[in-house]
Amino acid sequence: MADHSKANAAVHPSEAEGVARELLVLNNRSLGWITDRICGIVENRQPFIWWVLFVPSVFGFCCLLFSLVYLVSTGVGVWGMNHPVAWGWDIVNFVFWIGIGHAGTLISAILFLTRQKWRTSVNRASEAMTIFAVMCAGIFPGFHVGRFWMVWFLAPIPNSNGIWQNFKSPLLWDVFAVSTYFTVSVLFWYIGLIPDLATLRDRAKGIGKKLYGFFALGWRGGNRQWRHYEMAYLILAALSTPLVLSVHSVVSFDFATSVVPGWHTTIFPPYFVAGAIFGGFAMVLTLMLPVRKLYGLEDLITAKHIDNMAKIILLTGTIVGYAYIMELFISYYSANAFETDAFHLRILSGPYTWAYYCMFFCNVIAPQVFWFKWSRHNLWMVFIIVNLVNAGMWFERFVIIPTSLARDFLPGQWGYYSASWVEKLLFTGSFGMFMMFFLLFLRFLPVIAISEVKGVLPESDPHHPDWKHLREKRRVSSK
Amino acid sequence: MSNSSSSSNELFGYVAEFSSATDLYHAAEKVRDAGFRRWDVHTPYPVHGMDHAMGLGKSWLSALVLCGGVTGSMTALALQFFTQVSLYPTVVQDKPTNLFTIPAFFPVTFELTILFSAFATLIGLFALIMLPRWNHPLFNSPLFSKFSNDGFLLVIEARDPKFKREKTKELLSEIGAGKIEEVTY
Repeated sequence: MADHSKANAAVHPSEAEGVARELLVLNNRSLGWITDRICGIVENRQPFIWWVLFVPSVFGFCCLLFSLVYLVSTGVGVWGMNHPVAWGWDIVNFVFWIGIGHAGTLISAILFLTRQKWRTSVNRASEAMTIFAVMCAGIFPGFHVGRFWMVWFLAPIPNSNGIWQNFKSPLLWDVFAVSTYFTVSVLFWYIGLIPDLATLRDRAKGIGKKLYGFFALGWRGGNRQWRHYEMAYLILAALSTPLVLSVHSVVSFDFATSVVPGWHTTIFPPYFVAGAIFGGFAMVLTLMLPVRKLYGLEDLITAKHIDNMAKIILLTGTIVGYAYIMELFISYYSANAFETDAFHLRILSGPYTWAYYCMFFCNVIAPQVFWFKWSRHNLWMVFIIVNLVNAGMWFERFVIIPTSLARDFLPGQWGYYSASWVEKLLFTGSFGMFMMFFLLFLRFLPVIAISEVKGVLPESDPHHPDWKHLREKRRVSSK
Repeated sequence: MSNSSSSSNELFGYVAEFSSATDLYHAAEKVRDAGFRRWDVHTPYPVHGMDHAMGLGKSWLSALVLCGGVTGSMTALALQFFTQVSLYPTVVQDKPTNLFTIPAFFPVTFELTILFSAFATLIGLFALIMLPRWNHPLFNSPLFSKFSNDGFLLVIEARDPKFKREKTKELLSEIGAGKIEEVTY
């Protein structure tokens, strides 16, 4: 190890100037600045706009509770669903919210395994977003079962009837996939929070110190803790990576393993996963662009971060576009009358063609703007496009689910579905709940992973002078 | 996190502050070479390569997680096989209820493998780092609380067989420590 110090001494600071990579934290911010800025969000009074958003969110949450109470006390008939469309907005919203969650896990797990250090500024908030989105998602199938108090039948619990679940059904796979996904996301999020809770504990006073101290579990940041902690983090990332890919695949099995034309497609699992990541990143940007501005986090969530996420949206949006076109092609190429008709009705003469074109415009055409650098650096442009994507991804699920059911094999089974006010209130309410939890998260927990951002500063690497030196040498030699 | 009246003022150890991760890294190498056993470095983030500087091996948490994962797979396979084949065989869509049903069990087996592994990670981690432990002598030190902000600290415990009250303090200043604080129980 002595040669390290020699190498350090041999490098003149000016030699390190040519490092090609953009810095992840701008303006040479110090460790203390990062702590102060991020903890300050929790410790200081919230900006007025926080309250402006919080009050309607709580109202929305109350609407959600009301619509659920109304649903349970009256019966599922208050929803607009009937034969032949038995899966309506509830399942659309379930898939929509679950999909949003996927970007959080992608950022926290897949980008961690691929050593994308820029993830550190956005992973905490996106993981929180994942958890809240999955909570919203869980409401819909939970109440869709009709008799909510019987929902425990989903779990393999020995009961006096001697009945067991059908483990051959994708719907039950979904129960396991989604509940595992939620649990693992919470564990991953909490383990990531422990060092930052310790930071808040060491700064707080009074009741705050007790609460943060309780949840920080007495974290002391010793390297004998860090080495196991880092291993745990790596393992959880490695576990979450196949998990997140499996969850939306299993969700797509709900449709793909059935015989309904428009659902019975082998392309569904990769298409759903790409769509989930696409929609999730749009939601991450929808949340993070205002947060970054409101709390002055421009040095931590830089133009580079937004640029990277816009590129991912472009990539996954294009994959989704490919899937749309491939579905059309396969329905034509299969020469199966039902398949051909299903897509014919979807894009040309059916009752829901408007939804198809909304979806196609928002998901495939709008994100193509991100090929141009100016659009990825214009925050208003990014904000508009990602909100189109949010809407487009909802329409995608709507196009897949009710429109396929509304036009089944026999014309005698055809019908039209539109949501009732209860479903609409429930969906609006789920946004209220999502925003309420996210705003509370901003208020009480560090929105950026403090310890992880500190770790990506150049001076955080004990070997950085010769690291830079080597990089410089490599750059010069490759010329 | 404060001294209780009954505690004696016995020395727990020294907390020494270093100015940067690089300094702490080299200091750790020297403490390691001096043969200390009960010591640690406390940093705001995991310092890359510090395990090597401290002479620590690879964490064997992964072995615990493997056990968790295997338990999960076995639990899932057993649960599904016995309920679907022995206890409650239902023929749905003409799918078999025998050994050939197993392919249908893969998704749930996979999910439970992940679930059990994740809990094994959590529980194994807490066991290895011995948390939760809300009270610790180090919390008595005002200097120590800097670790969670921007402090690079090295702690040598008095329980270490090589620990000598004066000599260890000298060693710490020699290897470049700034502030050195005595921590009592």
